[in-house]
Parts: sequence; structure tokens; C-alpha cells
Amino acid sequence: MHSTNLATSPLHQVNYAPKVFDLSKNTLREFNQALHEVKDASTEPNWEVINPKGSHAVAVGAEHPISIDVQGSVGYYCGGMNQLSTITVHGSAGPGVGENMMSGTIIVKGDASQYAGATGRGGLLVIEGNASSRCGISMKGINILVRGNIGHMSAFMAQSGNLVVLGDAGDALGDSIYEARLFVRGSVKSLGADCIKKEMRPEHIAILQDLLDRAGITDVKPEEFSRYGSARTLYNFNIDNADAY
Amino acid sequence: MSYHNPPTTPRKSATFDEYAMSEIRRAAATGIYDIRGSGAKRKVPHFDDLLFLGASISRYPLEGYREKCDTSVVLGTRFAKKPIELKIPITVAGMSFGSLSGPAKEALGRGATLSGTSTTTGDGGMTEEERGHSKHLVYQYLPSRYGMNPRDLRRADAIEIVVGQGAKPGGGGMLLGQKISDRVAEMRTLPKGIDQRSACRHPDWTGPDDLEIKILEIREITDWQKPIYVKIGGARPYYDTALAVKAGADVVVLDGMQGGTAATQEVFIEHVGQPTLACIRPAVKALQDLGMHRKVQLIVSGGIRNGADVAKALALGADAVSVGTAALIALGDNDPRWEDEYQKLGTTAGAYDDWHEGKDPAGITTQDVELMKRVDPIAAGRRLANYLKVMTLEAQTIARACGKNHLHNLEPEDLCALSIEAAAMAGVPLAGTSWVPGKGPF
Repeated sequence: MHSTNLATSPLHQVNYAPKVFDLSKNTLREFNQALHEVKDASTEPNWEVINPKGSHAVAVGAEHPISIDVQGSVGYYCGGMNQLSTITVHGSAGPGVGENMMSGTIIVKGDASQYAGATGRGGLLVIEGNASSRCGISMKGINILVRGNIGHMSAFMAQSGNLVVLGDAGDALGDSIYEARLFVRGSVKSLGADCIKKEMRPEHIAILQDLLDRAGITDVKPEEFSRYGSARTLYNFNIDNADAY
Repeated sequence: MSYHNPPTTPRKSATFDEYAMSEIRRAAATGIYDIRGSGAKRKVPHFDDLLFLGASISRYPLEGYREKCDTSVVLGTRFAKKPIELKIPITVAGMSFGSLSGPAKEALGRGATLSGTSTTTGDGGMTEEERGHSKHLVYQYLPSRYGMNPRDLRRADAIEIVVGQGAKPGGGGMLLGQKISDRVAEMRTLPKGIDQRSACRHPDWTGPDDLEIKILEIREITDWQKPIYVKIGGARPYYDTALAVKAGADVVVLDGMQGGTAATQEVFIEHVGQPTLACIRPAVKALQDLGMHRKVQLIVSGGIRNGADVAKALALGADAVSVGTAALIALGDNDPRWEDEYQKLGTTAGAYDDWHEGKDPAGITTQDVELMKRVDPIAAGRRLANYLKVMTLEAQTIARACGKNHLHNLEPEDLCALSIEAAAMAGVPLAGTSWVPGKGPF
């Protein structure tokens, strides 16, 4: 398993004792409220959640450059609408991890369920295991890297951003895609409506290399990936394309 | 004329009427279904089919100008730390920037604020002019999530999770390329000029159990301060209302088939969903069965035009109503002053509904910089405020005549129906009888 280069960021080099929330004793509300009330991220940069036990909405709406380690698996919408924070889930994540995230980083050490990174607008979502169906649905600028495989209907109506998959993609990848870029290293079971394989030009190699570097992934090369994107034939309605709708 | 060969009067088909035949010809010529704005135009049982009984010996009225008839309403009392307190029970419905011009959105905010009520964003995010001019702004959370971000979520006064709308229950949004200007494109993270299709389902939840968790997430992000509405189209109002309440909604917004849309297929608008009148009692019944009537507030929309409609919706159990199409008319939509230009577009004032084409002579449903200059946000906002105040006065007039010192004290027992259909839908007696169809023998 590869760590990300975020582990060497200045934030992590300062030895602040983490603020610990035990979700078997503290309520979810107490934890999220405390996250929203951070006064000075530089003096309380490290947070830890223990016993999450699949709780939903863990660390949602965080908006400070802090590091949050969740020791265990989480339910729905972990890290929803994240801004600036670095959230590491030392387990698996339920549906909608990092939904609509704006910036910052979310790392899932295990697998992620459906809709990972849905409508995300920015930041980096790294899933070190597999992601289920509809990964990156309606993404709007987020960068998503999945070390394993992704399920069907991923990147449905994906508007912008990058989805990088080191493994395989399921059925109907990129259906009705807009301007997002999809990079898949393994096989693609099928492409969705208006999604086509595209040439990997030097600028795409550079984008991909940068994303791999940011995720700390060093054992694969950008040249091993294929790029997929929009054929742009459905951008304006044409009755002769009705079969594609 | 020969006695042995008398001619018959030419007879046109009631089934293949002028409109049906014109639509067949249009479809054959273009190969594209008809897309338009607004809500259902067909005649359906509506509030006009109800009458108030008024007071007499058994009930005494309140003095018109001396005895108070309260119109205030508080929305979001179930869970939100900061419920919305409105002076009138008439809100302005969600309409997007993109579908509407910036000046039109500003005018809606100004008019609503002058009247002490709320206005609502739409499928396109929150604009600065709208936020700046709206004292109470409801921020819609839609399947597309265009323009959705935590900053706007937190500076909204309430959040409305849109599951459906009356014009098209089960349908998504549509904004055609001619209205995707640079600003609209930027707010929606899409290339300029392409057709923009909003999904019909939310991208990260399906079903009532997921919705409950989604509401939890939004409450956690906003620290449980904002009321959370759930908006549903008039499909299965009893079950949808019950499920919205179960999922944790503070407020249910129920939109019947006369409710407008920016652009949808004509066949969808006219053939999917139930009339507003048919939706209210089942929704109220669901709230009553759950012991949540007046605890979870019900806002009804779809074809509200005047104070009588407001009073009737409230008498049937709604806590407030919402206006969209009527608000646009108050701003100047379909005004006969632009008749020459409507004629050039092949239509007439009062019938113009090609809102998706962006050529609105009134400057409301357009992104054309020249056309939108025709909307003076201050003057148009004043007209909206005037209209909202007139509706409120009208509703008060009726409520006082029924002996009620608050609009919420109106009740089904104040009503009768002019048709069997309306009596059945509204659950009130047919006029002159004690018969409520579906509620026992005549």
C-alpha cells in the first residue's frame, strides 16, 4: 500500500497531540460542531476519530487545513463538502464519500461504496481499494484516484476534473460525459453514451503524472493508461441521436 | 340546394381538434417533441371549483378593518434552531438563475423582502443579487447540484431538497444551449452553449432511507440551524409526504401539475402528475396520521393566483402557499404591452411559453443582455410586493368573513364544492348537499 505525499506535508511534521473524539462516547454532533469551530488550524492541526463504527456524515463540512484520521470504517457521506482538510479513513467508506468536496484531500485506505466523489468540485479523493458503481458521478472538478477497480456507470454526466483508475472499469463508463477526463489503466467493460477512447497527448501524460505524484503512487507510469472522454455528439439535441438518450 | 341531396354542416373532430392536429403536423415536420415552459394548461379541477360558506347565525364574522386576522407563519419548527418567520403565508417558489435573468431574480428577492416573505433559488445556484436582496432565501438542493457549495448552504436561510416538481414528477431539468451564457456556464461548470440536462434523480441517494441520511449530512454541515424542506411533485402525495416526514423534513413543499417549469416536454407537463387540488388532502392526511400536522409545515404550490386560492389551500390544511408563474406575471411576463413582439414569435401575450428559447420580450426568461434590460428590478420588485399584499388582503377578507382571526384557522368545514370531482378531491361537501364523494352515502 502506498502512502500519499501528504504524509510529509509541514502539517504532519509538527508534533501536536491529536484531538480525539470517541464516537462510542462523543456524539457525531459534538465532533462535527467542534470541526466547524476551529479557531486556529495551526495550533490544533491533528484530529482523530475512534470507534466510528460505520457512522454516517463523519467529518462533513470541514473547512480548515487540518488533518483528520478516522480509525475505522464509516457510513454515508464521510467528508461531505470538505474544504481544505485532509481526511484519512483507516477502513472502508460507505456511499458518497467526499460528495461535493470543494478542496483538500480524502484518503480511503479500504474500499468505497457507491457515488464516491459525487459532484465533487475540487480537491483530491484517493481510494486505495476498489470503488463501487457511479464513482465520480456528476463530478465538477474533483480529482479521483482509485487504485483498484470501479463499478458500473462511473463518471455518469461527469462535467470536469479527472478520474484515474489503476484497475478496471465496469459497464457504461462515462455515460453522457461532458468535459471530465477519465484515465483507466486496466480494461473497460463498456463505454456509456457519448464516451469514447481518446488519444493520450503529452499534456495528458503530464496531468496524469502530476496526479499520481500527488497521490504518492510510484509503481505505475502514465503511459500505461488509456484516456476516455466526451465525443460531444450529445451536447445539443439532435433527433437522429435519440437512440442514445 | 337540392331537397334530395342536402349538405351537412362541416364537422371537426373533438378528438383531433385544432391543437392536436397542429401538434401532429409540427412533430412530423421537426422530429422533435414539443418543449415549453409553464405548467399544465389543460382545465383540471381547481380552487375555482370550491366556495367558502361565510358566516351567518351559526358562526359570526370578524369586522373587516378593525378585528385582526393574523397572516404570519413560522416554517421549520421541527428541528431547525433558526426557523423562518414570515409575515405572510405566500412564498416565492424556486426558479433558477439561468432560466430567469439576473434582474428578474433580483426583482423576486426585492418583492419577497418587501412583503416579509421568502424567495427561493433554483437549478443554477445562488447569485449575489438574489442573496443580497432577499431577507429570507431558500437554497434549493437539486439533483444537478449546479452551483452547490457549503458557503452558500450556510448563508441560506433554509435548504430545500428538491425531489420533484409538479410540472414533471419524475423528470429532470432542461436548459437549452441558447440560454447558457458565460455566466450561466461558469456557475454550472459546463461549456457555453451546450444543452444542459439536469438529472431526474439525486446522484448520491435513492429512496427514503438514503434521504434520511442525506438530511442528516446537511444538518450536520449547517449545524442544525437551517430548516430543511423537501419538495415533491404531485405524484403520490400521501406516501411521499409521509416518507419526507419520516426522513426528517422540517417542511414539505407539495407542487401540483399546474406548477410551472422552465422547460420540459409538453407531453410530460400535461400528462404526468395530479392537479394541485387533488394533492392537498392526502398530504394533510399523511401529516395528521403521523401526528405531525402543523409540526411539519406544508407549503402548497401549483396554480395559486389570488387570495381566494391562498385561503382555500390553507383551509384544506396547508400552512403556506408558493407562487412561481404568478410571480413572473407580476414582474411583467406575458404582458400585452409586448404583443407586437409576441406576434413576431408566432404567439400572443398570455400564451407565450417558449421560455427555453431565451427570446422573452419581457426580459424575464432570457439571458439576452438587451432583453433583460427591460426588467427594472426595483419597479418589478414593487409590483410583486403589491401583488403579494393584495393576495394577503384578499385571503384575510375571506378569513374574517368565515370568523377566523388567523388564516390558519380556516378549515375544510368552511368550504363546499361546485362539482362532484372537486368535492371528492377536496374532501368537502358538494354545494347544497352534505355529500362528500368517497366518504359515505349521499
